[in-house]
Amino acid sequence: MSDLAKLLEHPALWRGDALARVRSGSLPTGSDRLDRELPGGGWPTGALTEILLERHGIGELSLLLPALARLSAGGRWLTWIAPPHTPFAPHLATTGIDLRRLIVVQPTARTGQPCRVPRDDIALQDTLWSTEQTLRANLCGAVLAWLPQAAVNGRGARARTSAASVRYAALRRLQLAAERSETFIVLFRPAQAASEASPAALRLALNPASNGRLAVHILKRRGVAAEAPVILDLKRPHAVDRHYAPAPAAGSLPAQRLGSNVLN
Amino acid sequence: MSVANEAALAKGVRPGMALAAAYALAHTLRVKQRDPLSEAEALRALAAWAGQFTPNVTIEDGAGLLLEVSGSLKLFGGIAPILRALRAGMSELGFTAAIAAAVTARAAWWLARSGKETLAQHLDELPAKLAALPIDVLAWPGEALTTLQALGVNTLGEAMALPRDGFARRFGQRLLDQLDQARGRLADPRSYFVPPEQFRSRLELPAAVEQASALLFATRRLLVELGGYLRARTCGVQQFRLRLEHDDAPFTELVFNLVAPGHDEAHLALLARERFDQLVLRAPVYQITLEADTLVALAGASLTLFHDHYSTDTDWNKLVERLRARLGHAAVHGLTIVAEHRPEYAVRRAELTEPRKAPQRAVTSPVDRPLWLLTTPRPLVEVDAKPYLRGPLALVAGPERIESGWWDGHDVRRDYFIAQDIDRSLLWVYRDPAAAGWFLHGLFA
Repeated sequence: MSDLAKLLEHPALWRGDALARVRSGSLPTGSDRLDRELPGGGWPTGALTEILLERHGIGELSLLLPALARLSAGGRWLTWIAPPHTPFAPHLATTGIDLRRLIVVQPTARTGQPCRVPRDDIALQDTLWSTEQTLRANLCGAVLAWLPQAAVNGRGARARTSAASVRYAALRRLQLAAERSETFIVLFRPAQAASEASPAALRLALNPASNGRLAVHILKRRGVAAEAPVILDLKRPHAVDRHYAPAPAAGSLPAQRLGSNVLN
Repeated sequence: MSVANEAALAKGVRPGMALAAAYALAHTLRVKQRDPLSEAEALRALAAWAGQFTPNVTIEDGAGLLLEVSGSLKLFGGIAPILRALRAGMSELGFTAAIAAAVTARAAWWLARSGKETLAQHLDELPAKLAALPIDVLAWPGEALTTLQALGVNTLGEAMALPRDGFARRFGQRLLDQLDQARGRLADPRSYFVPPEQFRSRLELPAAVEQASALLFATRRLLVELGGYLRARTCGVQQFRLRLEHDDAPFTELVFNLVAPGHDEAHLALLARERFDQLVLRAPVYQITLEADTLVALAGASLTLFHDHYSTDTDWNKLVERLRARLGHAAVHGLTIVAEHRPEYAVRRAELTEPRKAPQRAVTSPVDRPLWLLTTPRPLVEVDAKPYLRGPLALVAGPERIESGWWDGHDVRRDYFIAQDIDRSLLWVYRDPAAAGWFLHGLFA
């Protein structure tokens, strides 16, 4: 009997009715409600986290900022790979990010050289490569990498799926590199990637919710599948906070839900 | 014939043969003319490389190197590790060397010339080892050698046994002195090789190379040479250039900039590989030149740029250089804040080596600002006096007037609003009264 108990204590084993105990470290998200839903009580380090979104700028950075600020305050380095827009440094600094320890890698900046392959593919390959190199070096507290997003310019154009989709093997490489590091590694991917298999330890889909809040759907985590999305109050512009009415009761969840809770 | 490869030796070709005789034995023989200038150049390059073992390197008779390693024995842990490192390095550089070590320079030189890898660490074992050498390894005048052979003197031992005054009379004091120097009876001063101030080395490729990736092998050889040269001078390079020379096109120059001075050839080769991976050659390459003009003394020059508890500068430099080798220099940068009202000028790319201002932690943002800034503001259409993106935008806060920059010609006058998109995400938009239009400038991510 005690053998069984001992076996159940093994970190590689998780029971179907509980969140996995994680051996790798974890990083508080800054939200108790989200921490409770995540194995290890926070963002996983040494494992891949995927954040899926329809488009950029819906609160995905605000979601991560408490954890990033904590790393930054601890003197850790942050590397942002292929951010879709200019990170607005003056505001970043006020959220507690030490700009002296932030490195931006822009793979699309490569110019001049004649290319054998289409530009999109190069940008994707370079982003994956840079991410892997950075993980392997194991120097950063956090690495955020933005994989190409479907076009968001209102014309309804979608990125060519052949170019924008990432092969499972490529993600697997990143997961393996992540396991050998102590890095908090986040990949931002388009929402339609929810239907593809991924080796990531944690997969979240984000959607804006009412009153400037954010709905976090946990698509995959180590342990039981999550039931309902977590609705988070983000730090929002002061002027907007005043504008919004007090938060409604927890019953009024956003209508649209993305993906399902199945483990993949 | 001075040298023949194995295939030629198998056919009976021997060094010293006349060319016609060699052709008669092997009609498919490919003969390469000796190029004394290139040989001298290679020897100088090797001398610079060998400087990592001892500062006292001499180029001997234009055909070999003498390294005075007695001062380096302690550092390297004895003669055996030095010989091992020399042998490994020479083969990496693409040379085969006959290496001998002895307590006197001349004895070492003669032993090496004999082609036998000999080690004579004590003075008293020298006479025996020297005695067995044939006299034609001595590089003495042919006349002297012929006379000696006519006297029945074929080995160095027999030459040393000749009466001294007779030897001096017949062959000159110089040769007698050499015999004494070899046995350590006479001082044998030499002037040392002075390495050049700048590194420049070229390598002619055996065949024209059409694939950039195939250049790596040759480049690595040059980098090994550079590594030895830099270690000899306890210097690093912050920049080096590879010049690929084509037959009928202007040369291609690849410039490598390093974050911090480096001298580790393995790392430099990694950088070269990333660059070659993407390079499409405009014409076949027949020669590569590696140049490094500016050397940086390594001692005391290590900046604590990236240092934290988890990483060292060296690790960071290597990562950044690797990323840059593939993505280009501009692709890896930092961010810095500029005191400026116009948002697009308030954030600037920072060189990683440039000291950045500490973020003003104490000061909270006086006004609401987004986290993403669009590099160029995106024009929005106006529908019913409201900006329109995927649908009409609701203005939830504002306006905030930003009016600045009249002094530099990029003056702006904008009314910023926080707007809510149809999916309830927040946007930073502005209205330009002059252009009478709406623009999207940021995202509250």
